[in-house]
Amino acid sequence: MHGSPLLARRLWITALIVPPLAFVALFVVYPIISAFAYAFFQWHGLARGEFVGFANFYKVLFTQPYADWTVNAFLNNVLVFFALMVLQNGVGFLLAYFLWRELPGAAFHRVAVFLPVVLSTIIVGFLWKLFLHPLFGVVNISLRGTGLGSLAQPWLGQEGTALWALIIANAWHMVGFPTLVFLAGMQRIPGEILDAVRMETESEWVKISKIVWPLVAPSATIVFTLLFVGSFNWFELPYIMAGVDGSPHKATDVLGLYFYRTAFGDQSGSGQDFGAGSALAVLIFMFIAVVAGFITFRLRAREIQI
Amino acid sequence: MSTAETYYDRKGLLQTLGRDGLIQIILILNTIVMLGPLVIMFFAAFKTNAQIFQSPFSFPDFTNVTNIVKIWTQTNFLRYLLNSVIVTGSSIVIILTLGTMAAYAIARYRFRGSGFVLMFFVAGLTLPLKLAIIPLFILMRDLGILNTQLSLIVIYVAMGLPTTVFIMTGFIRTLPNELEDAARMDGASEPRIMWSVMLPLVRPALVISGIQNLVPIWNDFFFPLIFIQKDNLKTLPQGLTTFMGEYTTDWGVLFAGLMLSSAPVIIIYIILSRQFINGMTAGAVK
Repeated sequence: MHGSPLLARRLWITALIVPPLAFVALFVVYPIISAFAYAFFQWHGLARGEFVGFANFYKVLFTQPYADWTVNAFLNNVLVFFALMVLQNGVGFLLAYFLWRELPGAAFHRVAVFLPVVLSTIIVGFLWKLFLHPLFGVVNISLRGTGLGSLAQPWLGQEGTALWALIIANAWHMVGFPTLVFLAGMQRIPGEILDAVRMETESEWVKISKIVWPLVAPSATIVFTLLFVGSFNWFELPYIMAGVDGSPHKATDVLGLYFYRTAFGDQSGSGQDFGAGSALAVLIFMFIAVVAGFITFRLRAREIQI
Repeated sequence: MSTAETYYDRKGLLQTLGRDGLIQIILILNTIVMLGPLVIMFFAAFKTNAQIFQSPFSFPDFTNVTNIVKIWTQTNFLRYLLNSVIVTGSSIVIILTLGTMAAYAIARYRFRGSGFVLMFFVAGLTLPLKLAIIPLFILMRDLGILNTQLSLIVIYVAMGLPTTVFIMTGFIRTLPNELEDAARMDGASEPRIMWSVMLPLVRPALVISGIQNLVPIWNDFFFPLIFIQKDNLKTLPQGLTTFMGEYTTDWGVLFAGLMLSSAPVIIIYIILSRQFINGMTAGAVK
């Protein structure tokens, strides 16, 4: 034995721990704490001005035109969340249930449904933007080609359809994720339980609602929470497909775009305001943290240990 | 009693076949919906505007590579690709190094505050760092690394560390103590034990963590959008927005650009699909 082994070991542990810890402290914890602090100051471009208390929060919540924009973007996020809950998580659950049968070709279907998930949102956004082009897009070309030309419309150009077009593009992109998370959950259900159910009933509905759904509750907790956080952070897809202003007429404006625009300026580069932007970031952050915590807590409570 | 027996006995073969047939049809339709858009994109990359508008579904003439040549020679595509490789590669090497260090210390040694250290990393899991973009922007400016690849690398490392520490800690904890103890008896130093005895055993977890970080970093658009202005430093997703803006009327080139940008990740995914699926759902399946 040489020197002081205890001291050497303590130094060794410190050497292992400190660099990663310092990294997270500097680039995660410090910025997030600062984000809260910045919201209470006035900003002149990139320079921090005087302390203004809650003035920035008051501005984005209660003065026009900010108040209307905030409410509009928030409501769009709410719609996006519930629509994706059905089109992404609901469809994903059904697909997982079908894949779980392990019919011939299931392995191929599994790889196929997850393929879009690995693509960049930028690629997916541009691809669907081209497909949805009013004149030359493959969607309208197909409708016209099959005699449904009357249904062809400028999907991204009308207030009634633009947000839904984005939602569907997002569901196509991400449906493979909940599918495979649910599938992994189903595959962990013990065979004896399933055999016992098959003896009792023939109804698929009973099997799903009484056995499969309760037993995949841990998977559900995770995909619901992730979808919630993802929906209220939604930025890339609307940025690419609808633009930073949430066109047409803010029909596709969501909190992510609105926050970006407020902090860094709109298409014309005007309206840049770090104070109001920070206040929005804090509000979005608090909302996500509180609701995601609540969702996780409530859903955890109904999880059953097998 | 086997599962299959009870199943078929009770329902009759025909009914089961009918139900499975329906499920199979639904799965095939879904696969067509998933792959169809990518096939159309792939075909369109070899077509002229007129061909794309008149017959978007037809087979192209694969010898017509004008669009691809245009992307290759008239845009900065290769530069963007190289930038993405540099940024993603360096980030992952640093994440795995720092992540393994922290996880190893937390999992293999008992020391005061180890629980707190793990909590510190895990807390980072759930925080959406996008919302801290204003302080991050100012921090990068103060460090003088705005408009450099370093700004991206540090933010990706910070983003990737929490999950990596979490997964690696869980894995390293499951390793048996015997090897370590035997090496210690032989008088091996702690660094030596970590490097030659334990690290070779964590390779599977390193692969999972590497893939889990690979896709979000390779695909990220938000941080380059804020941190990088110089065209020569842009990553692939960001560069894509640049040339998609330049060739708005030349649809063949647009599709060729999308095809070439998605090709690297699609090819690797097809080769390593099992590892990709395990890696990307690793945080959610536990």
